[in-house]
Amino acid sequence: MYAFEFKRPKTLSEAVAALGGEDAQALGGGQTLIPTLKQRLAAPATLVSLNGIDEIKGICTDDQGRLCIGGGTTHAAVAKGAGAYPALAALAANIGDPAVRSRGTIGGSVANNDPSACYPSAVLASGATVVTNTRQIAADDFFQGMFTTALEPGEIITEVRFPIPQKANYQKFVQPASRFALVGVFVAKYADGVRVAVTGASSNGVFRWTEAEKALSANFSAKALDGLKASADGLISDIHGSAEYRAHLIKVMTGRAVTAAG
Amino acid sequence: MPKVTLRVNGREVSGEVEGRTLLVQFLRESLGMTGTHVGCDTSQCGACTVHVNGLQVKSCTTFAMDVDGAEVTTIEGMANADGSLSVIQQAFQDHHGLQCGFCTPGMVMAAAALLKDNPKPSEAEIRHHLEGNICRCTGYHNIVKAILAASGQDVSAIAAE
Repeated sequence: MYAFEFKRPKTLSEAVAALGGEDAQALGGGQTLIPTLKQRLAAPATLVSLNGIDEIKGICTDDQGRLCIGGGTTHAAVAKGAGAYPALAALAANIGDPAVRSRGTIGGSVANNDPSACYPSAVLASGATVVTNTRQIAADDFFQGMFTTALEPGEIITEVRFPIPQKANYQKFVQPASRFALVGVFVAKYADGVRVAVTGASSNGVFRWTEAEKALSANFSAKALDGLKASADGLISDIHGSAEYRAHLIKVMTGRAVTAAG
Repeated sequence: MPKVTLRVNGREVSGEVEGRTLLVQFLRESLGMTGTHVGCDTSQCGACTVHVNGLQVKSCTTFAMDVDGAEVTTIEGMANADGSLSVIQQAFQDHHGLQCGFCTPGMVMAAAALLKDNPKPSEAEIRHHLEGNICRCTGYHNIVKAILAASGQDVSAIAAE
């Protein structure tokens, strides 16, 4: 790991100021960034930890009934505290392993937008709103490809607001060595339709499977998927699975999620 | 150089660190507490597991400065006050829950974190909880047995497998 200056501000405004410096990088729970720094794949001059900022931690419900989770809230805290959105709590309870969940944060995961991370699928399937220190970004505009988001340099995710669905479920086919999703599918049924978001499968990052959304909005049953086939175009092919296999898994995991959502 | 102050196993300690100093480096190299092991150094194996403010973390994937002021518990803090083995440690010995012993500090810390939240875990819950702890001797069966025993549960069913 190359040397850097470490800062641990106590307030959001101090963090924003610190991130304005040259080659400054925000640090969430560090469960991705620290291994990346060890590999010397990143070499910031200053690392600004967001872990001392209490104002971006915690879970509450807003006046529109949305579940609002602070960007600095750990996976373990979401697993325990997001009971109002059980599918989301269950997703958080199965990220990585217990030690990763003690440190990793929702803001860090969403900002990193790893193509195999769990959280982006929940954010996109829920049509959630990503709130930063400067603006609010709709999930459909936020994720812009592998490790790419709408965030500007130095912008900090302060909160993610989830409309609570009538029914929802997340099914992850685990890549057994990494615990990341080989394919993960989050299905959420709202009064105005069903949203289906797929992670782990595409080299472009999380995406919505719109054909399945249409079919499930008409008939919320795994049978509604019978005539559909997820396209293998643009899907990841690696030693863990071919693009065709991932396409197959998308349909299987979507069906399981619908059945489990009830 | 910046300074960090921690309470490690109930004792206040402080030392100079670099920004990039990992918690495990601070424990092992500055404090000389080598019970916490570095296995993979890539956040996979869990040999470096310690508790920070009561939560299980990988000390190789946590910066020392990021836990300034925290309560840290390591394997050196697990024995009883009189130096005898804790219930979990004794169960590992009784059930042969270690072979080479390299992963054991992390396994014991993971087990302690599990039993604090879930005093009577099922076999499946134990195995799920240990996903981030790798035993390269592949001695998982006896580790699971030891944790079941430490929680006061019958291990005969799993012993018969």
